[in-house]
Amino acid sequence: MTRNVQWEVVIGLEPHAQLQTKSKIFSGSSIAFGAEPNVQANAVDIALPGVLPVLNREAVVCAIKFGLAVGATIAPRSVFARKNYFYPDLPKGYQISQFEVPVVSGGGLNIRIGSGDTATEKFVRLTRAHLEEDAGKSLHEDFHGRTGIDLNRAGTPLLEIVTEPDMCSSAEAVAYAKALHALVQWIGICDGNMQEGSFRCDANVSVRRPGEPLGTRREIKNLNSFRFMQQAIDFEVQWQINEIEEGRAIRQATVLFDPATGETRSMRSKEDAHDYRYFPDPDLLPLEIRQDWIAEVRSGLPELPQAMQQRFATEFGLSSYDAAMLTATRATAKFFEEAVAATGKGAGSAKLCANWIMGELAARLNKADMPIEASPVSAAQLAGIIRRIADNTISSKIAKDVFEVLWAGDGKDADAVIEARGWKQITDTGAIEALVDEVLAANQKSVEEFRAGKEKAFNALVGQAMKATRGKANPQQVTDLLKQKLGG
Amino acid sequence: MSLTLEDVARIALLSRIELSAAERASTRDQLNGILGFIEQLQAVDTTGIEPMAHAVDVVQRLRPDTVTETDRRAEFQAVAPETEAGLYLVPRVVE
Repeated sequence: MTRNVQWEVVIGLEPHAQLQTKSKIFSGSSIAFGAEPNVQANAVDIALPGVLPVLNREAVVCAIKFGLAVGATIAPRSVFARKNYFYPDLPKGYQISQFEVPVVSGGGLNIRIGSGDTATEKFVRLTRAHLEEDAGKSLHEDFHGRTGIDLNRAGTPLLEIVTEPDMCSSAEAVAYAKALHALVQWIGICDGNMQEGSFRCDANVSVRRPGEPLGTRREIKNLNSFRFMQQAIDFEVQWQINEIEEGRAIRQATVLFDPATGETRSMRSKEDAHDYRYFPDPDLLPLEIRQDWIAEVRSGLPELPQAMQQRFATEFGLSSYDAAMLTATRATAKFFEEAVAATGKGAGSAKLCANWIMGELAARLNKADMPIEASPVSAAQLAGIIRRIADNTISSKIAKDVFEVLWAGDGKDADAVIEARGWKQITDTGAIEALVDEVLAANQKSVEEFRAGKEKAFNALVGQAMKATRGKANPQQVTDLLKQKLGG
Repeated sequence: MSLTLEDVARIALLSRIELSAAERASTRDQLNGILGFIEQLQAVDTTGIEPMAHAVDVVQRLRPDTVTETDRRAEFQAVAPETEAGLYLVPRVVE
């Protein structure tokens, strides 16, 4: 067997998004994060005898929103099923999930792989999305040889979103996971907090030679960061290729990723463990979703990122890359639209807004580890700066100083800062001419060097003129006048 | 369809129910009796009839998303076999 045989990688993802409700999916317990153990676990959650689940309407609304956002079919009637497994993190002995008839089926998501001009696009198809309850937490620390159980998380509403095996590299899997992560936050159904486990992914990975049927897959569980996802998939793919090339068959298994070693390893679980014996939960009636309810939810949906991206490209003449960056989060898009609106429809002002938001502002926010919602410089303030660049009141260089002052909270808007600091650009030709004459007189040496053919000397003269006005002269006017005088 | 003793042993394991050899045999007979009833039901021609998810043809009532439960951990844990630091303790489970 040769080593240079090409391998195809096949990946399907099963992310779980924790839905942004106040209460659990089948009980009135709070789902707030970080509470003392078991204070948010009531009789239903700890499965006392005689209790009955009652479905949370808002969890269904979240599922409908998601289905609409990905162009899926919303089932007019879907069914809850019991997934039986015996484990103390769900004391009922089963998880309530959906099996044969999920609430959402079909649809898909466009993803962008790579960045800038080399980015490629791909459509990832969704198989289904279904509602289910989360399990509690098992703590295996030292409880004198026993396991501690916290059932606060038991019953937290989840939407499990299953893709077709459409991705063929870890980069594509991560791009999809990021796009989905952005979308569920955009439509307000999940807070996306991966540290707290609000968004976690299972990845099904297999390899095959081109043209062959799908290989046996192994499922990597509970990936809670995009970096881990990339590392885990890369490791798993290489491991599977090595196994096959060394003549061993892949056995279907569930594996865990260990961030410390960067390796995936098989969970020790009984072969029977996956016999979940699903059956319709007799405690819950079929979930009916009528067209008028779907229409009501649809009318409350925000403009979706893909549509907004296209609008930004056509309405403001932005590149598709810029449009994608500005629609990365709803807050970024909102900031951009507010800034453009406040700037007014000057030529190129939208492009200036885009550049400032993705450049100076993004860099400062990144450095301060702040979301754009918390930006000390508001969209209106940024627009104020851009207006003054556009009408030549200040240069781009001074604009950055104005931005710094506003960032530090030393002024109410750009105009006030420019006024208070005397940063208005000198555009009066007479004043600049006088200044250029002074500079020429004071720098005879540079003038002679320039006349002798040293181009660099010209830049030195421009620099001197700008310095003399502490950057306030219009650099273009200075350059033009200097050229005129030296050329004459 | 009828179950063998091996089938019964496997179902018992999945359900975490310990059965003695004698119980296994009697459980097999009882389960096969139930499956016999189901076979009678399956004799009915249901072609073209949509399966029902529930015997009652009504739909799920929904609950508004409000937190209605309060912390009753102390009461619940008073009847639990073993607790510590607010946790329910169970025999060690290792994956």
